[in-house]
Amino acid sequence: MSSPDLTTTSAADLSRALQAGELSSAEVTRAYLDRIATEDGALGAYLHVDAEAALATAGAVDAARAEGRELGPLAGVPLALKDVVVTEGVPTTSGSKILEGWRPPYDATLAAKLKTAGTVLLGKTNMDEFAMGSSTENSAYRVTRNPWDHDRIPGGSSGGSSAAVAGGLAPWSIGTDTGGSIRQPAALTGLVGHKPTYGSVSRYGLIAFSSSLDQAGPMTRTVLDAALLHEAIAGHDTYDSTSIDCPIPVLAEAARRGAGGELAGLKVGVVRELGGEGHTEGYEQGVLDRFREAVALLESMGAEVREVSCPAFDLALPAYYLIAPSEASSNLARFDGVRYGLRVGDDGSRDLDEVMALTREQGFGAEVKRRIILGSYALSAGYYDAYYGQAQKVRTLIGRDFTAAFSTDDGLGLDVLVSPTTPTVAFPIGSRVDDPIAMYAADLCTLPASLAGVPAISVPCGLSEGLPVGFQIMAPALADDRCYRVAAALEAAQDAARGHRLLDELGRLGSKEDTPS
Amino acid sequence: MSTPSPKGRLTRDEVAHLAHLSRLACSDEELELFAGQLAAVLDAVAQVGKADVADVAPTTHAVPMTNVMRPDVARPSLPRDAVLAGAPAAEDDRFRVPRILGEEA
Repeated sequence: MSSPDLTTTSAADLSRALQAGELSSAEVTRAYLDRIATEDGALGAYLHVDAEAALATAGAVDAARAEGRELGPLAGVPLALKDVVVTEGVPTTSGSKILEGWRPPYDATLAAKLKTAGTVLLGKTNMDEFAMGSSTENSAYRVTRNPWDHDRIPGGSSGGSSAAVAGGLAPWSIGTDTGGSIRQPAALTGLVGHKPTYGSVSRYGLIAFSSSLDQAGPMTRTVLDAALLHEAIAGHDTYDSTSIDCPIPVLAEAARRGAGGELAGLKVGVVRELGGEGHTEGYEQGVLDRFREAVALLESMGAEVREVSCPAFDLALPAYYLIAPSEASSNLARFDGVRYGLRVGDDGSRDLDEVMALTREQGFGAEVKRRIILGSYALSAGYYDAYYGQAQKVRTLIGRDFTAAFSTDDGLGLDVLVSPTTPTVAFPIGSRVDDPIAMYAADLCTLPASLAGVPAISVPCGLSEGLPVGFQIMAPALADDRCYRVAAALEAAQDAARGHRLLDELGRLGSKEDTPS
Repeated sequence: MSTPSPKGRLTRDEVAHLAHLSRLACSDEELELFAGQLAAVLDAVAQVGKADVADVAPTTHAVPMTNVMRPDVARPSLPRDAVLAGAPAAEDDRFRVPRILGEEA
């Protein structure tokens, strides 16, 4: 493989070539580091890159392989981690000034798993501060641009990861998703992004935003890559009390089977409340067109498609923007200027409370402060029942809508629900920063699965106005394999019809990538 | 809060009070800005009130769990020096904090 191929091919292909000895990890790693060196100044995907450490890991994998040692399939494949993932000795900021310069003393469970698997850490990717945002514009450090159009956002909060993988600066990446932060940036950059069933990937070592919703997952160029990376990070963890004790799901097999394109008998529900009749306000026509074409494609592969109403989904957005800030206001209390990160104003004259307030004032950005204040309000006496309590009950109703759709006992017995991943394609940088409500609307379609804890994947389904559109597939809890099967079928059918992968069209834009504004 | 505002309208004073409770030393300009923005957000999220939730139990967590136990086995914790290395100030193998009591140090 030539160098340009190395930075556009799938991770599965890299893994195969590394195992066959056709490539060395050092070659692959160097190809990515070279591209980061030339492109990341314009793209802004990374917050931290350690070329020396990456090459050292790659060299160690190559040496082990040369000795004939038994290595896992991911050994030697480079990787980028969202900066919300705690990594031992490697700077971790969660996109916030309050953690600038912090080098954690331990690894997140998923980081340790990926280390043991022999992956090569290229660096940590940019994100909205504490994962609060839908455009990565809330990062305290830098602007990240969409590789398809440098004047547009890459999505968020895992926007550094989406820009890195779509832009050829990492073969794949781990993101986290609280209300859509894996699926939305994946959709807006032409990637595959999967939010696993809540509790199936350990949250130990993920800097917490909203603990009942946070979940880590893969962001990749292909469905099979997502399945492989997901399998590598899944599993029960006694360090996370919400971790589900169940076998690691078989996902790559589901993706391979799905790519065969046989969906006979699969029952698909199209959610009316997410872009259907009477619910198209805020949705772009191009997005709805691509979505409907993809549904028709599923039908042509044998799927039985019907429309389904999930009335409580209409209230997912308000419920989410009460629950997540409430949990955040509590979680972010740990940033007190005592144990890690920033401390401001400790001149001997101020007491602990004053130093804490100054530290948090300077360390947190505007969106984080807004959410802490909103969360404190929703949880305060006199308002709790009307806001937080009511939102939790709406959460129950959303869960019931999913049960009614999926249950084979007293429900419709559907296998999956589908919708567009986002109402619009990537919007221009700066267009929504001063309007929180408009920004929050970017998560409209991804929030129901988050609140119910069910798995959901976004897979590309074409372009609108030259920008990627995402197709969302939701499944019952622990049935992540269905997301992969259906996504792989869609991906294979579209690639075959197109004659190439959607991401290949990004490479053809050529000059656009070279002219950042 | 001493003076609940009508229909969730968030006043500048309430925002200042919440910021204080959250240990955020917000500037006056910030308080003005946040009060306006949060009032708009609050109007939007107040829609949850539209749902008929009579007899609906709240969901606190997506995974139904009551309690989680693990064997009570002693394990090493993080090395003290490694933990203190990340602290903004340490002294005598402990986190050093600004004075906590009212008197001058």
